[in-house]
Order: sequence, then structure tokens, then C-alpha cells
Amino acid sequence: MSGPRPSRGALSEVRLWFAPDRLRAEGRTPDYRFSLANERTFLAWLRTAMALVGGGFAVDQFLTDTTRPLRIALALVLLAGGALCALRAINHWIRCERAMRRGEDLPSSRFPVVLGLAVGVVALGMVLVVAFGWGV
Amino acid sequence: MCERVPEGNARHRSGTRDPGLQPERTRLAWRRTTLTCAVAASLAGRQTLSSGTGPLPLLGLALVVLAWLAFLGAAHRRIRTMDAPRPPALSPRAAVVAVACVLAMTLFGAATLR
Repeated sequence: MSGPRPSRGALSEVRLWFAPDRLRAEGRTPDYRFSLANERTFLAWLRTAMALVGGGFAVDQFLTDTTRPLRIALALVLLAGGALCALRAINHWIRCERAMRRGEDLPSSRFPVVLGLAVGVVALGMVLVVAFGWGV
Repeated sequence: MCERVPEGNARHRSGTRDPGLQPERTRLAWRRTTLTCAVAASLAGRQTLSSGTGPLPLLGLALVVLAWLAFLGAAHRRIRTMDAPRPPALSPRAAVVAVACVLAMTLFGAATLR
């Protein structure tokens, strides 16, 4: 989901999470400003993940008029989306960091489009539930 | 970066100047992420108490608070390294800790969905 590269590279990327020395062994250290910009992007994605997780809890706690299955389903979709977003945040951060060290192009990603569409669908569902009373 | 900044802010303690204020922006990014984490932790904590105040919900609440404290600690350590003219890149370990805190909060809260 996070790029055109097949899953062959996914496992080695996960290993990079826990091996800072292996990341430093790649290529040359980029300008510190680029690394800091990458870090802020990572943090912005992490905040997005936290907002989704918080939204999931808010659905369960405050949409008390809806039926239980619908409420649980909406909450779980948001929580799972948040968890996925957090995992993707660190994966994308490490891929960008590695690409910068190697002097390669930054990885492209379909994730923002997928997340945007998913959030749109969930928001539409919420409007139907809250404003029009579907599933109440 | 065309906006003018006061001399005191633009100049770093050691005397070198980063016109883009990159370390400061990154420091503030960690701060607001910690704040967002506090909001998510509050909702997760409220979630764990939704099934009463028995030993299990209280344990869930304690774990959520612990996850937030771990995030706060990671953010604080990172912010301290920002106090340099050319801060080193974020270590993967700190990134893993930050993500693990979010995942832990999600799990502890999700276990107590009503």
C-alpha cells in the first residue's frame, strides 16, 4: 500500500526499525534540515493516527443512540485506521530517510489517497447515522 | 522563510543561525504531538472506565497513562537533542517507541469497547 515496491522489501524495512546502525550504514548523512523535515512529516502522520484513534473512542462513547453493532463497527474501523496510519508513518519515515541517505528519489505512495477516500466514506456514514438517524 | 524573526530567536545559543528555524519547528512538532497524544489518551482512559471501576478497568487506565508517559519521555529526550546547531537525525528507536505508545493506547481502549 505504501508504494510500488513489492513486499520483499517490507520485511527488511521492519528490520531497519530496530537497527539504527544499519540505517546509518546506508549512503551518506543528508543535510540535517532534510532529516528534520522528514521527522516533522512523521509526527504529522502520527497526529493523524492519534486523531483517528481518538475519533474511534469518541464514536463509542458519544454515539450512544445508535445500535451496538453499528457503533462498534464504526469505532473499530476508525481504531484500525489509526493503527494502520501509525505503522505506515514509521515505515514511510524510514523509507524516506533511507532514500535520502542513498540519494534516491523519495518513495511515492498511494496511502494518502486511500486514507482520504476512507475518511470520506466514514464521514458520510456518520452523517447518515447522526443527521438522518440510519441504524438508530 | 520570508517572514522576519526577532534577532534573539533566529540566533542559536552557540551562535550559528538557521534561517529556517528547523530545530525549533521540530521541537514544537513534538510538543503538539504530545498534546494530541494527551487528548487521545484521555479518550482512551475514559473508554477503559466505561465498564465500571473494577480492578480490570483501573489496570487498563493505568496502562493508558503509562503509554502516554512513555510518549512524553520519548518526546522530551528528543526535544533535548534539538538544543544543538545541527541536531542529529531521529533514531529509529525513538520512532518505534512513539508508534508503540499509540498502538498500545489503541489496544487497551479497544479491549474495553462496550
